[in-house]
Amino acid sequence: MTSAFGDLTPGVFPTILAETHADQWTQPFWDAARADRLSVPRCTTCGTFRLPPSAYCFNCQQRGIDYVELPGTGTIYSFTVVRHPLHPDLAGACPYVSAVVELDGTQGAGARMLVNVIDCDPDAVRIGDRVEIVFEHVNDEMSTPRFRPVPG
Amino acid sequence: MTIRDRCAIVGVGATPYFKRGQSFPESEFSMACAAILSALDDAGLTIRDLDGFSIYSSSCDPASVGAELGVPEIRWATTTTSGGGGCAGALGVAAAAIEAGMATTVVTLMTLQQLNRRLGGSAVGGVLAYALMSDGGGSPYGSSGVPPSAAFTANNGLLSPGHSFAQLASRHMHLYGTKREHFAEVCISTRDNAIKRPTALRTEPLTLDDYFNARMISDPLCLFDYTMESDGAVAVITTSAERARDLRQPVVLIAGSAHGGSGRWGPALFRYFQTPDAEFASSGHRPVAKRLYEIAGLGPEDVDVALLYDHFSPMVIMQLEDYGFCPIGEGGPFVADGNIRYGTGTLPVNTHGGNLSEAYIIGMTHVREGVEQLRGTAVNQVAGAEVALVTGGPAGLPVSGTLLRKG
Repeated sequence: MTSAFGDLTPGVFPTILAETHADQWTQPFWDAARADRLSVPRCTTCGTFRLPPSAYCFNCQQRGIDYVELPGTGTIYSFTVVRHPLHPDLAGACPYVSAVVELDGTQGAGARMLVNVIDCDPDAVRIGDRVEIVFEHVNDEMSTPRFRPVPG
Repeated sequence: MTIRDRCAIVGVGATPYFKRGQSFPESEFSMACAAILSALDDAGLTIRDLDGFSIYSSSCDPASVGAELGVPEIRWATTTTSGGGGCAGALGVAAAAIEAGMATTVVTLMTLQQLNRRLGGSAVGGVLAYALMSDGGGSPYGSSGVPPSAAFTANNGLLSPGHSFAQLASRHMHLYGTKREHFAEVCISTRDNAIKRPTALRTEPLTLDDYFNARMISDPLCLFDYTMESDGAVAVITTSAERARDLRQPVVLIAGSAHGGSGRWGPALFRYFQTPDAEFASSGHRPVAKRLYEIAGLGPEDVDVALLYDHFSPMVIMQLEDYGFCPIGEGGPFVADGNIRYGTGTLPVNTHGGNLSEAYIIGMTHVREGVEQLRGTAVNQVAGAEVALVTGGPAGLPVSGTLLRKG
């Protein structure tokens, strides 16, 4: 279905921001995303992961980070099913799932991702479901992260 | 030194409440002026007495209002940061200013006209603007443009406060077994309170069938779990308790007021959801409630009527928990047992009909109702009411609470 947001598929929220607006902290994330890898900053002092990448560690207030590659799997921590389009031109994307995902290999809070979960039955999604990252290659600059249920 | 019982709300004024956009050709500015003049008159004061503005969410420009109405001298002009969460807290800021001798007569107000404040124009531009608006890059003097954090959230489909509060509600249901029937009880009891009120915008009866037949907006929230959008203005006047005794109205003391919250709650609500586990499925009010009770020297057992910010029904349940009216996780059964009903419950909640059914003036209708309950003039008067709790938010920090006490 064509709309102001392009061709829409139920369950898939359209990419409304197609530039990364990256800075020195976020650029490594987007570089990895272009190669289908999830790379997340970890504090070199205390080991706390943080997303979105930022200048200061909220746990120890230090600035040093290492970018650590994660498996890209995680668990749905909470979610909503958006059934009523906020704008009429978004009707073709509804219903879609927007979820808070906790990433395997991190401490959870502070490094959660807020994502559109695709390739799922919105009525069957539950907190605790296992999901994995999938990058949508929007253009040469941006590969936007989404998640989908782990098969099986 | 605390602000406990040092100041009082002495005047309340409001415009009529309107459905979204219907206050036109009045403007937010003209309605703010009308509410201020009405509140001063209610107190038996005039514009010549007004010398302070303690507002929230930058609800008006004190410079413009001062010039328009001819305020002789402005001695205090502050707003709490962020949005509606600062509502009740702005009363505490007013009290602090007065107690410190910085001002004598301070107005707190909200004015709202949702004519042009919805998504509109270009669909893509409007939706994108909304997706970016809470990302913290908004200083008028800072670097402008899209902040680097935005690309992490803009494409996730979370476009409105309702989409965000649904996340908290889902988690609360998961952890504690809270049910949609519990949300329905908040909506239905609130509607029952609105039915008798001439100021209320929604007065048709609401049944459990109506609730479950309503369309889902963002699971687990349906149409009735959302506040309505409205227009109007409400203002209140605060002055010293000593002076209040010589004025026109029964004295309503500010027993205590607090605003803020846990740092990691922050602006996180709408965009990042990085709140620690212990507070995720909460209203964010827990630390504020603790300080509020300490300042006021009161506890939840002292509260006779609770005016809880109700933009989304599940957040009423979480505030009942965070303000200690029931244990954490038991807000659902607490409302299901009839505790928040006016007339029969142990803690009448939102006796004015709240944001859900009376009008949404971003918290000020709750303040107005708190004052009327303690004056003894409320439409749904709680017999013998001595203490009222008024809250602002759940929202990005600060959230806030104020305890009012009959003088």
